[in-house]
Amino acid sequence: MAQKVEFKGKVFEVDEDGFIQSFDQWCPEWVEFVKQSEGIEELTEGHWKVIHMLQDYYQKHGIAPMVRILTKVTGYKLKEIYELFPSGPGKGACKMAGLPKPTGCV
Amino acid sequence: MALKHKTPMVDELMSGPWPSFVADIKRLAERKPQCDDLLGLLELSYRDKEGHWKHGGIVGVFGYGGGVIGRYCDRPDLFPNVAHFHTLRVNQPASKFYTTDVLRKLCDIWEEKGSGLFNFHGSTGDIILLGTTTDQLEPVFYDLTHELGMDLGGSGSNLRTPSCCVGRARCEWSCLDTQDLTYDLTMRYQDELHRPMFPYKFKFKVSGCPNDCVAAIARADCSIIGTWRDNIRIDQEAVRAYVGGELVPNGGAHGFEKRPLDIQAEVIDKCPTKCMEWDGKNLKIWDEECVRCMHCINVMPRALRPGEDVGATILVGAKAPILEGAQLSSVVIPFMKMEPPYEEFHEFVEKMWDWWMEHGKNRERLGELIQRLGMREFLKVTGLKPDPRMVNTPRYNPYIFFDPADVPGGWERDTKAFRERHQP
Repeated sequence: MAQKVEFKGKVFEVDEDGFIQSFDQWCPEWVEFVKQSEGIEELTEGHWKVIHMLQDYYQKHGIAPMVRILTKVTGYKLKEIYELFPSGPGKGACKMAGLPKPTGCV
Repeated sequence: MALKHKTPMVDELMSGPWPSFVADIKRLAERKPQCDDLLGLLELSYRDKEGHWKHGGIVGVFGYGGGVIGRYCDRPDLFPNVAHFHTLRVNQPASKFYTTDVLRKLCDIWEEKGSGLFNFHGSTGDIILLGTTTDQLEPVFYDLTHELGMDLGGSGSNLRTPSCCVGRARCEWSCLDTQDLTYDLTMRYQDELHRPMFPYKFKFKVSGCPNDCVAAIARADCSIIGTWRDNIRIDQEAVRAYVGGELVPNGGAHGFEKRPLDIQAEVIDKCPTKCMEWDGKNLKIWDEECVRCMHCINVMPRALRPGEDVGATILVGAKAPILEGAQLSSVVIPFMKMEPPYEEFHEFVEKMWDWWMEHGKNRERLGELIQRLGMREFLKVTGLKPDPRMVNTPRYNPYIFFDPADVPGGWERDTKAFRERHQP
């Protein structure tokens, strides 16, 4: 069920987990908008490094990278990624990068 | 109070002789509107013959990547109280020992902040809290950790909550302290448990003896099953008491009446390796032939006991069918002493995980990776020596692919010299 949210003059369509509906809607304001609900106070270079890596990978491969690839490419340990994005690489970082919701098996 | 939804098809499930989850949910539905909607949604699914839960959903608590499974229904217009109905997995205490006080508190927390419905226990072993909304996840997590000292369990591509049989707490056959090992694995691998980093799920299950009460061999990527390497301990007097009808066979599991045990038919002939003999007075066991099936011990628990030099057999690779068919674990370490601090075992586990994380494809279980890249590769990375006991189906395929490094001269042959000795 898509809902519309507005932030700094931009309108985003989001799903029930708060992911934007399509990558085309992504813009830096989105990151600004989501950070609070993701438990992030200040965006640092580290956050952007992860976000850009996810976006590059997504544009090349059409899917989000596996966690192992993310840690390898960025050089961050998984624990450090959780320190940057408290709700984790899937829920936090992918959401902020505007990637589609990771489909996981429970 | 009348319920909002009529559920004639779901109600049929209450008509059989067994207790029904429908009756349980109805009882709660009188005061929990989400339980009412839950039954209504199920009735709709029965009518439409299709599910009304959306696939997936990604919710969680800060700091953890697992433990919460997002659930949303696709008819929130009709069933607004189950629009969100997320599941939490809670790490059960080893062997599932609780005090009633803990259970009462858990029920209070969940009735206040969730649907009040539980599964005791899910198939991984966790306590499953069924149904709450996104805004209640952090409060429930806070209460669990601060009031009960409980933690979330594993979900997603991570280490799932390790589980074990009742072990030495109540069972004389246990060859290792299953609870201690389970606790050790849980604490040592907190990162792997809460922050998904694997290609797919990974399960440890610990059984104290080859009866394997947690079915580790069928359900765990790494099964730890207690065993012994000396001899079955025999109390000949007690054997004679069973034969003489003074003791109840099978520990009373197949009837409590005392009767003389037909030891030949019920024990000796049932031994899979025929390694036992009864001469009318004494029982003889050729322990070197014993495959630890536990049958004789189960039939005559007062007379026979596992040996004293105890440890565990480590098996890997069990899984349910997803990519490949269902598979049982197979032996990789025939015997390992299992005593704190379990260093040898940790070392093995970490080597195994490194290899799996490096080479495993997305959603590929360890057992499937071993199938794909071969047992030889697995043994190489874990530093294990091949052993006949690792052969799963000895008569099936007699060919062994040696590693060229293990063969003098590798695969290179001097064909010219060969032809000098052999005509074409």
